[in-house]
Amino acid sequence: MIHLSLETMLQLCIILPLLATVGIIAAGKSPNLREGVTISTSLLLLYFVFNLYLGLQRGEVITVQWGQLLPGLQVSFTIEPLGMIFALIASFLWLITSVYAIGYMRGHHEKNQTRFYVCFAIAISSVMGIAFAGNLFTLFIFYEVLTLSTYPLVTHAGTEKAKKGGRIYLGILLSTSIAFFLLAIVSTWFVAGTLDFKHGGVFDSTVNKTVAGVILALFIFGIGKAAIMPFHRWLPAAMVAPTPVSALLHAVAVVKAGVFTVLKVCIFIFGLDLLQTLPSTQFLLYLAGASVLIASLVAMRQDNLKARLAYSTISQLGYVTIGALLATSSGVLGSSLHIAMHAFGKITLFFCAGAILVAAHKSQISEMRGLGRQMPVTMAAFFIAALCIIGVPPTGGAWSKWFLLMGTMETQQWILMSILMVSSLLNIAYLLPIPFRAFFPGGTAPAEPVKIKEAPLPSLIALCVTAVGCVILFIYPQPLYELASSILETPVIAHEK
Amino acid sequence: MLTHLPILQVIVPLMAAALCLILRHPRLVWMFTLSMSGLTFLISAALLQQVVTSGTIIYELGGWEAPWGIEYRIDLLNAYLLLIISAMSTVVLIAAQTSIENEIPKDRHVLFYILYLLSLTGMLGIVATGDVFNVFVFLEISSLSAYALIAMGKDRRALWAAYQYLIMGTIGATFILIAVGLIYQMTGTLNMADLAERLPEVAHTRTVFAAFAFLIVGICLKLALFPLHLWLPNAYAYAPSIVTVFLAATATKVAVYLLIRFTFSVFDLSFSFTTLPLQTLFVILGLIGIFAASITAIYQRNVKHLFAYSSVAQIGYMIVGYSIGTATGLMATLLHVFNHALMKGALFLALGAVMYRVGSVQLNQFHGLGRQMPITMAAIVIGGLSLIGVPLTVGFVSKWYLILAALENGWWPVAVLILLGSLLAIVYVWRIVEVAYFREAEAGSIPVKEAPMAFLLPIWLLVAANIYFGVDTQLTVSVAGAASQSLFGGSP
Repeated sequence: MIHLSLETMLQLCIILPLLATVGIIAAGKSPNLREGVTISTSLLLLYFVFNLYLGLQRGEVITVQWGQLLPGLQVSFTIEPLGMIFALIASFLWLITSVYAIGYMRGHHEKNQTRFYVCFAIAISSVMGIAFAGNLFTLFIFYEVLTLSTYPLVTHAGTEKAKKGGRIYLGILLSTSIAFFLLAIVSTWFVAGTLDFKHGGVFDSTVNKTVAGVILALFIFGIGKAAIMPFHRWLPAAMVAPTPVSALLHAVAVVKAGVFTVLKVCIFIFGLDLLQTLPSTQFLLYLAGASVLIASLVAMRQDNLKARLAYSTISQLGYVTIGALLATSSGVLGSSLHIAMHAFGKITLFFCAGAILVAAHKSQISEMRGLGRQMPVTMAAFFIAALCIIGVPPTGGAWSKWFLLMGTMETQQWILMSILMVSSLLNIAYLLPIPFRAFFPGGTAPAEPVKIKEAPLPSLIALCVTAVGCVILFIYPQPLYELASSILETPVIAHEK
Repeated sequence: MLTHLPILQVIVPLMAAALCLILRHPRLVWMFTLSMSGLTFLISAALLQQVVTSGTIIYELGGWEAPWGIEYRIDLLNAYLLLIISAMSTVVLIAAQTSIENEIPKDRHVLFYILYLLSLTGMLGIVATGDVFNVFVFLEISSLSAYALIAMGKDRRALWAAYQYLIMGTIGATFILIAVGLIYQMTGTLNMADLAERLPEVAHTRTVFAAFAFLIVGICLKLALFPLHLWLPNAYAYAPSIVTVFLAATATKVAVYLLIRFTFSVFDLSFSFTTLPLQTLFVILGLIGIFAASITAIYQRNVKHLFAYSSVAQIGYMIVGYSIGTATGLMATLLHVFNHALMKGALFLALGAVMYRVGSVQLNQFHGLGRQMPITMAAIVIGGLSLIGVPLTVGFVSKWYLILAALENGWWPVAVLILLGSLLAIVYVWRIVEVAYFREAEAGSIPVKEAPMAFLLPIWLLVAANIYFGVDTQLTVSVAGAASQSLFGGSP
């Protein structure tokens, strides 16, 4: 293989999926070739991201400049541990989702599959752009591209319901980003004179606390992808999309892009020290806490499986935001771990939901009683993933929730601590009954033996891989833990305080 | 030759208009018009180049020294505007022949090009001249030909729309003439540079106040500033498609230029903004205009009407930027003048293509167009995104500077309102997108083909410009920045 410099690889991470769209369109007539392009691109992408990871481990500084859009505003990319975590998860899960999508899209006889794979690739490219963005401005550009490229995916079915869902999706994400996020960015630019991500933040110590507090609130509300209430409605609306989209984008890429941005802003724009002293931080913490609790309660009342999972996602995103706003090292650690853990757990759950839809044509939870006999593997995976979301060993979710709880204790946020505990109980209440009833329907069991009928093999493999991933992340979390704990240590661009 | 560029800029289209009568054959006339417009574009590019390298160009008409003779004065602001007008005119003309085939009877084609060239002459003249009476003359040339152009529309309501515009436009022009007369009476000169020197001595008199008031109202009528915009939507909606594109991309921009020139160079800023309450007035009117026009746009069934109201809203943004009264604010306005010409040029031209194929631009005729005319509709989507102000499009650049200017001046609420206003753009743009992409073409309707190349080429030229100047902002930002700096820094 040709030797590529790390800088080239970084750029290829963004460009490669875009190039792949050309191949996907060209191979549109032959589905096997088209999916071949997707799979090989995602393999290559994972290879690049992994090489970048190794480079980061060696302590190399990797930055790329793409020139300046407006005077003083560069489009630049850089590698730092937090972005690395996000990129690793997204590129790995893209591969898995591509495998899953082959089984799902064909098994479900979806139309316009070429458009589907094209938009998917563009979305992944923008996710890479977000993960590696060297400043807030670059991040914002890719953030908007991500919104727009996922719109055709959400409205894929082309029905009246899809149109409505798409309207809410685009309406909320675009409005919040333009009305609040952009305003926050311009204000930051105006107050601090830079948008670069810096350790310890870009604001100097003389900054007006009220102004900075308002800007923080604008950020938290403006990053609609983090789905903090009251701007969460887009996520349930997005569930009209095909399941692979819900799985990768609305459990991993898009929502994680949101909380990732929140973390980035908290750590590298405000800096933890400043964050602790802002007047609005406490208010926003409680808002995130309310979001966690209310979303969990709403999830309990959903009978549609994907809707329940969507509200569960909203709730779990609140955890990450809380961790970021706590502004302590364990909070940040917990948040960044939770991005990974929740990604594996939730994508498995969505994969299962899709598998149930394809194999058993069921989407309502009340219909899934006794389904464990027909789909034992799927339901077992569902059980493991549910444990991961709840946060009990032996799944990865235990680690992230542990550190998040630590964070609330260190800062003596007793109310938040109890919210997190109660919400975990609620998680149990709305997730675990599903696999339990599937395996132990109770009452009179049907007399005739049920034939096992699982989802198409690619889909089944995919959901097993992610379920096993949940367990592996519990047993072997060291690489992730080291990466997450180095977020606050390594200087991003230069050590300036 | 090079020293005569300022006057050639105006003379070339004027002479060309006369020559069209000799050529007579429509296709030939079209090609001739296109090449002449292209020539004005080259001249304006050369002028801009000259101004950037060696500063303001002063040209004395017929060798008569000002203030006796008429003086043409090209500084950065003029050169920038000249470039926008001539460039847009040329791009639009590429599609002209194809478009008017369906909309204007064949025997009037030559007339159409003559009027088009005259209108172009007028606009270029307004911008190039340094003499206030000359401004009035060119204003009438461009307006009269514009009325006639609008009246050529296929729809009979075009006559009514042209008549409305005629009345309002004439009132505006008369007001400007009254103002010019009053100023002349007080100062004894019509030369802008002279006026700038002599006006301060008489600035406190009631006559000058009255002149200023007449002038501003007159310009605002031409500008279609809310609430003086009532002529605009119908004029845009019922005019032939090409005329709509041309006017939307250039006419209001010229009025913005006049406003800036008069309030910054002829009268000075402290007179306009401090002695008289123009700043407060314009911020309020601009903001109301943004919201009122955007909300009205949402409820339109005719897509041309929809974008016409959107134009009124965009003028609101320009006025808000202008009235912030700082170099950054003015720069944002100048950027938006350029950027809005690109957006609306692309959008209205795409509507022209729809008109050509479908024969109507009612929203309910857009059913299924996403599949039938994918390239045209993609252009509308990108143009719409630019209108909303999505990053990597020109709309984002102007929005960025507009908000920055508002924040620099400490106008937080204005910044918030500007952003909220742009949310309304999402709504009206997405109404079109949803109809075009989610509704199937009605059963039994005849499927339409993609627009012809004559449309696609200029449309995508403009769409590409929307993206190019959204990514590489060097030219626009530096010229607009320098132009606004010089307006604040020194003499005109």
